[in-house]
Amino acid sequence: MSDTQPENLPATSAAGDAQTPQAEVIEQREGMFGVRGTGDTSGFGRLKRQVALPGSTPKPYGSWFDGATDRLEGLVGEGAIEKVVVDRGELTLHIKREKLVEVCQHLRDDEALRFEFCSGVSGVHYPEETGRELHAVYHFLSITHNRRIRLEVSAPDGDPHIPSIVAVYPANDWHERETWDFFGIVFDGHPALTRIQMPDDWPGHPQRKDYPLGGIDVEYKGAVIPPPDTRRSYN
Amino acid sequence: MTATDPYATTRDTTEGKVFTVTGQDWDSVVSGLGDEPEEHVVVNMGPQHPSTHGVLRLILELEGESVTEARCGIGYLHTGIEKNMEFRSWVQGVTFVTRMDYLSPFYNEAAYCLAVERLLGIEDQIPDKANVMRVLLMELNRISSHLVCIATGGMEIGALTVMTIGFREREKTLDLFELITGLRMNHAFIRPGGVAQDLPPGALDKIREYITWMNKHLKEYAELCNANPIFKARLQNVGYLDLAGCMALGISGPPVRSTGYALDLRKSQPYCGYETYDFDVPTWDSSDSYGRFRVRLQEMHESLKIVEQCADRLEKMEGQPVMVADKKIGWPSQLAVGADGMGNSLDHIKHIMGESMEALIHHFKLVTEGFRVPAGQAYVAIESPRGELGAHVVSDGGTKPYRVHFRDPSFANLQAMPIMCEGGQVADVIVAVASLDPVMGGVDR
Repeated sequence: MSDTQPENLPATSAAGDAQTPQAEVIEQREGMFGVRGTGDTSGFGRLKRQVALPGSTPKPYGSWFDGATDRLEGLVGEGAIEKVVVDRGELTLHIKREKLVEVCQHLRDDEALRFEFCSGVSGVHYPEETGRELHAVYHFLSITHNRRIRLEVSAPDGDPHIPSIVAVYPANDWHERETWDFFGIVFDGHPALTRIQMPDDWPGHPQRKDYPLGGIDVEYKGAVIPPPDTRRSYN
Repeated sequence: MTATDPYATTRDTTEGKVFTVTGQDWDSVVSGLGDEPEEHVVVNMGPQHPSTHGVLRLILELEGESVTEARCGIGYLHTGIEKNMEFRSWVQGVTFVTRMDYLSPFYNEAAYCLAVERLLGIEDQIPDKANVMRVLLMELNRISSHLVCIATGGMEIGALTVMTIGFREREKTLDLFELITGLRMNHAFIRPGGVAQDLPPGALDKIREYITWMNKHLKEYAELCNANPIFKARLQNVGYLDLAGCMALGISGPPVRSTGYALDLRKSQPYCGYETYDFDVPTWDSSDSYGRFRVRLQEMHESLKIVEQCADRLEKMEGQPVMVADKKIGWPSQLAVGADGMGNSLDHIKHIMGESMEALIHHFKLVTEGFRVPAGQAYVAIESPRGELGAHVVSDGGTKPYRVHFRDPSFANLQAMPIMCEGGQVADVIVAVASLDPVMGGVDR
């Protein structure tokens, strides 16, 4: 969070026994109410806010996280796991996209890991994070060990390819189609990567941050209220 | 159908002859095929078909009466809820998620609020009474949702009495929702930090009346269906999916429990204090539509047990807070219910309008700007009537969600439709789909 307005943050309790990860700044925002360039008469023009996501966590991670991470690293080798983030009691492994299928195979089959249940993939678009704009976020459940794990894979906007894990987890079939539909992430090796929610001939990928909401003005008694994405808002 | 019906025309395409069938006109299709009828027929069932549970489109390839290939077409109810939420405050998000799976609105709200609370780091500060009320509403909702599943499922195979009594009991449940939240559906009642309002006066008596009524009438479903030879003939060994299939396809909820495996997040990863309630996870061992029916039936009894325990606890909790104490998060929750069902708190208005300007500023900021949520992501999964309902919520530290994704169990479970239907009869497709209980509002979001 920014140092300019920490008092606006609700009080937080020290959650979990995991160490607090170092924040990783991905974006810098200026002003308020979405005013860009000149003409900002709001008086908030010099306000700065850094968007910082939880960054890499140093060892030890606590709980079962160390054992599982070491086990996985031993199976797929060094370098496959780019970053380990332990935040709010959840374990996130950032995986190199070339290694994703191999990692998933081990997650499913290895006795010490045994993540049988894939809860699907969802996309997140960070337009300011150059070279890692598109993130695919996978959630897995190990019923055997009663654990949850999250894998995060990123791809640049110019080369939006991530290998498909449908061969390992057939459950991910529709989820990958949905993420392709909404974010334009191409899952290489998917048996039939077609749009699933939007019509087949729809242009663009609606969940990307640069895709407009498409609302229309609301008029009431002569006053015009713009749609939510073009309204003044706190940034 | 006459040949002049503008909605039932016949035309030739490169794929073959296309017939538009509107019902009771099979003869015109057969005669239209001519002397060399093709064995393979591709039937487009839906999206407007009463027995596809909303706007689900099934594409069936038939050989005579058997289904050789089956596929789903979805997306007809896509309304962009996840995208819209990115432009509203964190509290307004509840109003959107409640509309996703419209038969289990409290589960959507609960999953979303639990995820926001984890991001805020206030999971431990939620008042006990708010948790009990959440559990009460969720379990009532499980009953009403299963009732719709059983009722519509019964109607589709001709068991109309099951439909009429199912909707009768559901109406009783919705009456309770209306009394407690002010609305029959789309409640937006569970909010980040607690629930919107305290129980209204007299609600506990109504809940007790409801429990008595349900204890008397829930038996009727078992009496009508359990040993009914027609019902069993239609459901048994239809829509078979074993445990291995469920795991591979990410199936959760009653379909998994009908294979004999008691997978239930309320037991394995409890939330909202489920570990303190006494209930069982019913299973069945047949892996078919009949098993799923029996699991749902038994689950309603277990839910009623939990509702009873909630009522006992709420009796001792009169006057306790239902919203987190942090004034930067909690909206003024003690509203008086007006003639229109919802209303204002006169005390609160007096305070902000007449006594304290700071309180007015705070109220204004909280309602228009909303609170900020520390950056990060959280995934919270709860056991909805249809299975694992997960909410993946990402915050960039702002007053609005950066990204919200729902892992809806209907969406995931519907992937099992082809494996359950292929090789079976057309009539069994209806039963198999009904046994998955997909709700298109949740599938398409």
